[in-house]
Amino acid sequence: MTTYRPIHGLMAEFDDPDALLAAARAARDAGYRRMEAYTPQPVHGLTEALGRRPTRLPWIVLGGGLAGAVAGFGLQYWINVVAYPLNIGGRPLNSWPAFIPPTFETTVLFSAGTAVVAMLALNKLPMPYHPVFNVKEFERASTDRFFLCIEAGDPLFHHKHTRTFLLGLEPLRVQEVKS
Amino acid sequence: MTETREAAPVVAPGHDYASATAAISDVVLRRKPPRAWFVTFGLGFLGVLVLFYTMGVLVLKGVGIWGVNIPVGWGFDIINFVWWIGIGHAGTLISAILLLLRQEWRTSINRFAEAMTLFAVACAAMFPIFHLGRPWVFYWMLPYPSSTGMWPQFRSPLIWDVFAVSTYFTVSLLFWYVGLVPDLATMRDRVKNKLAKVLYGIGALGWRGAASHWERYETAYLLLAGLSTPLVVSVHSVVSLDFAVAQLPGWHSTMFPPYFVAGAIYSGFAMVLTLLIPLRKLYGMGDFITMRHMDNMAKVMLATGLIVAYGYGLEAFTAWYSPSDFEQTLQRTRMHGPYAPFYWSLILCNVLVPQLLWFRRFRSRLAVLWVISLVVNVGMWLERFVIVVTSLHRDFLPSSWGMYTPTIFDISFLLGTIGLFLACLFLFIRVLPMISIFEVRTLVSPNKERGKGT
Repeated sequence: MTTYRPIHGLMAEFDDPDALLAAARAARDAGYRRMEAYTPQPVHGLTEALGRRPTRLPWIVLGGGLAGAVAGFGLQYWINVVAYPLNIGGRPLNSWPAFIPPTFETTVLFSAGTAVVAMLALNKLPMPYHPVFNVKEFERASTDRFFLCIEAGDPLFHHKHTRTFLLGLEPLRVQEVKS
Repeated sequence: MTETREAAPVVAPGHDYASATAAISDVVLRRKPPRAWFVTFGLGFLGVLVLFYTMGVLVLKGVGIWGVNIPVGWGFDIINFVWWIGIGHAGTLISAILLLLRQEWRTSINRFAEAMTLFAVACAAMFPIFHLGRPWVFYWMLPYPSSTGMWPQFRSPLIWDVFAVSTYFTVSLLFWYVGLVPDLATMRDRVKNKLAKVLYGIGALGWRGAASHWERYETAYLLLAGLSTPLVVSVHSVVSLDFAVAQLPGWHSTMFPPYFVAGAIYSGFAMVLTLLIPLRKLYGMGDFITMRHMDNMAKVMLATGLIVAYGYGLEAFTAWYSPSDFEQTLQRTRMHGPYAPFYWSLILCNVLVPQLLWFRRFRSRLAVLWVISLVVNVGMWLERFVIVVTSLHRDFLPSSWGMYTPTIFDISFLLGTIGLFLACLFLFIRVLPMISIFEVRTLVSPNKERGKGT
């Protein structure tokens, strides 16, 4: 018997996105839920294979954009009507058509800022340390290797059985991820 | 016969994930920079010194060192501002609009074009800021609660410009950086130098390529592209409104926004070609920046060039068709007045020479294409000169006519920004991957030794 040591999970390494996709589907069918795949570039269908819900990012960005529109128009209205009313060629103080270009710009600015900040926040980035970086081969996860990690927190996780299961998927190798 | 005329591939055959990654990242990490890098960077740096000197004199003495005066109150500063902003627009077009249109060929050139956008916009922003006369109080343009109790006046396109250009720069920066994050992780994992590893690691934000991260990442990237597309159109439309809203013959035209946007894309693609043709050869990037890219960019240039030519035609037609003496006189002055050589050089550079691009023979000869792109760059600068100077130099009353001659400081400011642009671009090529590695990987097969995938 090996002595018990807390680990992050078990990680299988593949050299092909299709093999990883098949492995992710197999792991999900086997009942594993707490797992993550790591790839050098986006692999389409992978989040579905892992059983994730589509991201809610677009809704957050919509909120950011609407806030930008309200803030932009509100700022101009308040400045030109309330704070500093000026008569420019007899035009109405609330010359709303002239306020549209800056309103558009603030809408885009807020949406874009929200998209980036929300994407990073939902991904919990920046995160300088993560257990998967303990695996030596993982540095190829940004070049040409595809990894599937079943985490130790999964209710079905069993050191021996999970390893056997992963080996059955014909990876290049299976490794422990120290936490 | 049609097969032989088929377009070249987007990525040369024979590459897999590892070889594509190595080929692009090694330019920064393993290979020594070629001599031409030092020469060009040196020239750029010289330009930066010229820029600093010019700015120093400008701040000490004021805008009186320029050739601008009444009636020509806008000279090189506005010409160069519009020229640089326009150059920047190709970057956004390539990265955003072509992404939305699912044009895979954009992948090899978008990173470089986005960097070009950033540096071009930075160069552009310098002109209006230094034209303020007191550039250190540029923030007076922004709406903030100041002790003077004054606020900006939002019925003027000039304040729209402040919003448009600053938003454009910010969003371009975000777009470029977000696109870089996975590649910075690749650099972090491949670099040998300890310090560089830490620096790339900080930039990569701990990116580990998790599937859920990629999904949000791609969503965010697509949203940024969708936002940048109308943004780029709005920016140059607002720039054109700086002119079109004024009651001046030659400026007061509803045609300006689309005509300016087309001109911006035209000059931007010309600049991308001007830079990429030598760089591709210098760094042996022919596998990734193929003849397909050159051909497509030449075609975009031809198409936008034709829109611009239509714009020139319509300007002349509107003047002729209008009952306005002033409009007609202005058009006559453009064609036959003291600045007529500029007008006819503009027609030569922007309308006549680019017609060569109709022919595959010229599109496929890189030397010819490069010269045409240079000619278009010059032509687009001349276009702004003609719009700004000829419209202003003959005022409504002959008693207020005058001529505009740029001074040495006008010219050194322009050359200085070109130097800054080159220096920034070459630093970028030295420290960051100039082609988006992770996007190129989506175009090649997984691993050579295991046989070809798709």
